[in-house]
Amino acid sequence: MELIYGHPKSLKPIQTKYCPGCGHGVIHRIIAEVIDEMGVQERSIITNPVGCSIWSDLYFDFDSVQPAHGRTPAASTGIKRMLPDHLVICYQGDGDLAAIGTAEIIHAANRGEKFTTIFVNNAIYGMTGGQMAPTTLIGQKATTAPYGRDPGEAGMGYPIQVCELLATLGGTKYLARGSVNNAANIRKTKQYIKKAFEAQLRGEGFTMVEVLSACPTNWGMQPVQAEEWLEGNMIPFYKLGEIKNTLAGSEGGTASSSTNGGAK
Amino acid sequence: MAEEKRLMKGNEAIAEAAIRAGCSAYFGYPITPQNELTAYMAKHMLDKKRVFIQAESEVSAINMVYGAAAAGARTMTSSSSPGISLKQEGISYACGADLPCVVVNVARSGPGLGGISPGQADYFQSTRGGGHGDYFHIVLAPKSVQEAADLTYKAFELADQWRMPVMILADGLIGQMMEGVIFQPAIDPASLPRKPWATGHQADTHREINHISSIHLVPAELEASVRARFKRYDQIKAVESRYEEVNVDKAELIMVGYGTSARVALGAMELARKQGIEVGLFRPITLWPFPDKRLGELAAKGKRFLSVEMSMGQMIEDVKLAVNGKAEVSFYGRCGGMIPTEEEVLAEIRRILKK
Ligand SMILES: Cc1ncc(C[n+]2csc(CCOP(=O)(O)OP(=O)(O)O)c2C)c(N)n1
Ligand code: SF4
Ligand SMILES: [Mg+2]
Repeated sequence: MELIYGHPKSLKPIQTKYCPGCGHGVIHRIIAEVIDEMGVQERSIITNPVGCSIWSDLYFDFDSVQPAHGRTPAASTGIKRMLPDHLVICYQGDGDLAAIGTAEIIHAANRGEKFTTIFVNNAIYGMTGGQMAPTTLIGQKATTAPYGRDPGEAGMGYPIQVCELLATLGGTKYLARGSVNNAANIRKTKQYIKKAFEAQLRGEGFTMVEVLSACPTNWGMQPVQAEEWLEGNMIPFYKLGEIKNTLAGSEGGTASSSTNGGAK
Repeated sequence: MAEEKRLMKGNEAIAEAAIRAGCSAYFGYPITPQNELTAYMAKHMLDKKRVFIQAESEVSAINMVYGAAAAGARTMTSSSSPGISLKQEGISYACGADLPCVVVNVARSGPGLGGISPGQADYFQSTRGGGHGDYFHIVLAPKSVQEAADLTYKAFELADQWRMPVMILADGLIGQMMEGVIFQPAIDPASLPRKPWATGHQADTHREINHISSIHLVPAELEASVRARFKRYDQIKAVESRYEEVNVDKAELIMVGYGTSARVALGAMELARKQGIEVGLFRPITLWPFPDKRLGELAAKGKRFLSVEMSMGQMIEDVKLAVNGKAEVSFYGRCGGMIPTEEEVLAEIRRILKK
């Protein structure tokens, strides 16, 4: 008899420490499902970042490397260059990737490093208790933006659209943005991850999937309310879809140029 | 077949020795006075289809080393003082995760941007665990191009043996000067044994999964892991301390100096001898572990010491700890990229000995 649905082999059968309604657990699960489908569990290595997902090495049932905050893409570079036939997953939060580790991600992407970044955008610093992230929306409250993010007088800057930022770099081949707020988006996000992992193992270049993810605890919301807030506030600003796809055999360029019917 | 003697800069000799020691990945960022090292690695690592990356910063370079080491490779980065400050975060993590790697500091003079002339003012940073947390790592100090090459092979061996970063602390003079050097035969990286604790290649053996990490959020667990590491440090102190002695038996005064300062001290020793004054040199080759036992023995024999440094006095603290009040310890140093002259050191010797 064929098993249609079960616990992924690449994920240990234990309960996570993540808060109720947190996106990290769902993202872990779809990563594990893709790895199982590709049959690469014993060839996978995750760099788990400093952030709530520092715990991911407790849950994934394959090798892991834990680097310093934000240096995740540099460490992934070292690993992948040594083990080019392995699936290297550079898992990062928005503070890790878009604040302290901005230099590391831009240059890893620009060199076309052949690992896949899973960029978990929850618009907040989860682990340290709800400080403003580079991706915090304008007006969104955080412990360090108590009156809401104010790019004007308070000079707090604007939320960074990371996929769009990286799309200009020659080394990036696949940049997609998904969300884990409902079943349909989870399925789509899983497809993006699979595409990125397969491209990685073909050695095509830098691939990243950004995933919009709820942090009910630090947003000060119930889990259901948090998913509604994500849909109503994050998705309109962080557009879902394949932002850039220049993988072999694909039609696309960057999303803006293809919708404009512009140059490839 | 015996290797030929080649005339080379210290920086290039370190690079060539690293390649021969089986380094399969080098990551660096330009900084004077070590640029020849990075350029040599670029040319010869790429020629050999090994990994060379000019990183976007020293912070990135050391973290690439962290990743490559976690994947089981022999790996290295090099820089000079300001860049080494940036690497300290990564060195602390590598020490906390027990990752072997080689870090070369072709030191210049600080603080801040300072100058590009040779200095020995990074002694504290190198020997005291220059980043955060309770840790040490081996520090090797060459005094010649030949020794720079020899210690580079040794550094990779020691790093793998003790699972820790090993630093080569040279200075701009050792890096820039040319001398004859004979290299040891090359090791093929593929011939090195796999490291059972490293990540990757799980499919070959179906072993348990491996985690490389420095995190322990339970205080008792972190304490146990630090204590276990310090037990290893005790073993290292017992077997790895290295030094060279010249004329210490006859000497009325023993100079203590490493690297370039030791060369100056040797010159001062000759000048002194011509004037009928017998002095000696004690040259630590490992700055950590510091060869304190032997210095203590010499102190017990009634010797007195003069620490000669290119700093305002850093190694002298280790000399004083080693002699533990049993002998008088004086200091002569220049800083800011100034190198003490043999005559200056001789004048200090005569002043101390009242001769
Ligand atoms: C060098 C350094 N600075 C600061 C911290 C504290 N710190 C830990 S996690 C974190 C932010 C994590 O936020 P994010 O990357 O968005 O991950 P999340 O927890 O939201 O998933 C910070 C600032 C640290 N560990 N190291
Ligand atoms: S604090 Fe936020 S990101 Fe962290 S586990 Fe809880 S919900 Fe998830
Ligand atoms: Mg976050």
